[in-house]
Amino acid sequence: MFSAMGNVVSRIGHRLIERIWRFGGGIRFFCYIMIYSGESFRRLHLTIREIYFTGVMSLIIMLVSAFFVGMVLALQGYNTLQKFGSSEAIGVLVALSLVRELGPVVTALLFAGRAGTAITAEIGLMKATEQLSAMEMMAVSPIARVVAPRFWAGVISMPLLAAMFSMVGVLGGYMVAVPLLGVDNGAFWSQMQANVDFRLDIVNGIIKSVVFGVACTMIALFEGYDAPPTAEGVSRATTRTVVNSSLAVLALDFVMTSFMIG
Amino acid sequence: MTDNIVEINNLSFGYKGRLLHKGINMSFARGKVVAIMGGSGSGKTTLLRLIGGQLKPVHGEVKVDGQVVHKQDRAGLYNLRRKMGMLFQGGALFTDLSVFENVAFPIREHTNLPESMVRDLVLMKLQAVGLRGANKLKPTELSGGMARRVALARAVALDPAIIMYDEPFAGLDPISMSVICNLIRSLNDALGATSIVVTHDVNETFSFVDYVYFVSQGVVVAEGTPDELRKSDLPFVHQFVHGEADGPVPFHYPASDYKRDMLRGHDV
Repeated sequence: MFSAMGNVVSRIGHRLIERIWRFGGGIRFFCYIMIYSGESFRRLHLTIREIYFTGVMSLIIMLVSAFFVGMVLALQGYNTLQKFGSSEAIGVLVALSLVRELGPVVTALLFAGRAGTAITAEIGLMKATEQLSAMEMMAVSPIARVVAPRFWAGVISMPLLAAMFSMVGVLGGYMVAVPLLGVDNGAFWSQMQANVDFRLDIVNGIIKSVVFGVACTMIALFEGYDAPPTAEGVSRATTRTVVNSSLAVLALDFVMTSFMIG
Repeated sequence: MTDNIVEINNLSFGYKGRLLHKGINMSFARGKVVAIMGGSGSGKTTLLRLIGGQLKPVHGEVKVDGQVVHKQDRAGLYNLRRKMGMLFQGGALFTDLSVFENVAFPIREHTNLPESMVRDLVLMKLQAVGLRGANKLKPTELSGGMARRVALARAVALDPAIIMYDEPFAGLDPISMSVICNLIRSLNDALGATSIVVTHDVNETFSFVDYVYFVSQGVVVAEGTPDELRKSDLPFVHQFVHGEADGPVPFHYPASDYKRDMLRGHDV
């Protein structure tokens, strides 16, 4: 009985220590990225190329999702607001929901699923096929050449994607609210213009998306770089990227929202 | 200047307390092609990584061009690596780049040559390995032997003083093997480099190398020219050179008593 309990405690302790080691490894990895960023900025074409792969290539899925999210928001919001006789406020509801929360959060979740997994798998496979070792043996730092450009591409892409997500979401909401549900066109836009604050809503949304960009890209890069160089190792790392990124985004969103509102 | 471009002195290396190498001494003379041979898992590839500074020894040292590799800072290590070229077992070509771009990679990273000169250099290297015509292909469009040759062209792109080959014949057909053998010898002689070939293919290797080290159970068990080793009556060398299934290197992995194991039932 005591032996079994001891084993459980030992296993929990082992996992905890492992997590702390990995967290420390992640922090060290982040410091390396910062140190080697200067070297990677000198080859700006690499970062631009990665912005294309992580940002531009994610655009379609983001915009289609944003359109549907905006339409659903308008439908649900109209249904509730109508009961209180304030259906003209639908524009504000859609815009604030998107700019403050759904834009940054859903973009980050989609980014983790689309670009994050691609980054992890690519770097994990580069490691498994010794491409990173080959680079090191050629006296080229893989962090400067492979990792840092992807990091900055993710950080730059995320707020731009979130902004486009919010914009298309508002358009989706408009398409449902005005032509379909008959909300007044002028009321939709004017209420939105009057009640959405640039600093409190839009800037805070941008800050959130930058933080999510750092978190999601860091997790994807670290998981790929740290993956055991086997098919199973890369597969597990890819799964961990989605799970850890999603949890990190939701937790960070709560923390940031509480500071921004408080 | 010493005659040996690489020296391994009393080198010990291991993982998690288990020593893989126990006091290894080797030297690699300039201009020679030297093979490191031994069974799978004998730490041959690890030796290459120790020479390249990707791993640090537990005891002893590796000297490259008179400098202790593991005592170098990053800049010093990268300076040493610029004198080295390495052919990895699977080629390790960058899959997002074409054959041309792969060979151009080290040139573009370490020189400021104009693009026209980079082009000429790359085509010359590819011509040397017989793949100038394949310069636009992607690594996924190459056979194993072709990928190995492109990797070889990339390894020698900056005319290194030391070229390291990790299992260059693994998985190749006899024609490709012969091509790679000839290329290793001819490139070494043309560049005046030193080649270190890690392999376990006896016949191919003995046909073109100058000197051979046999590694087993963490130590150098035999060394000499191919002719000397062919005549050697050391049990390990005899078993290895003649490809005998059993001998000093046992056929069976260490296990408990066979009969008792079989009678124990399903509980392995």
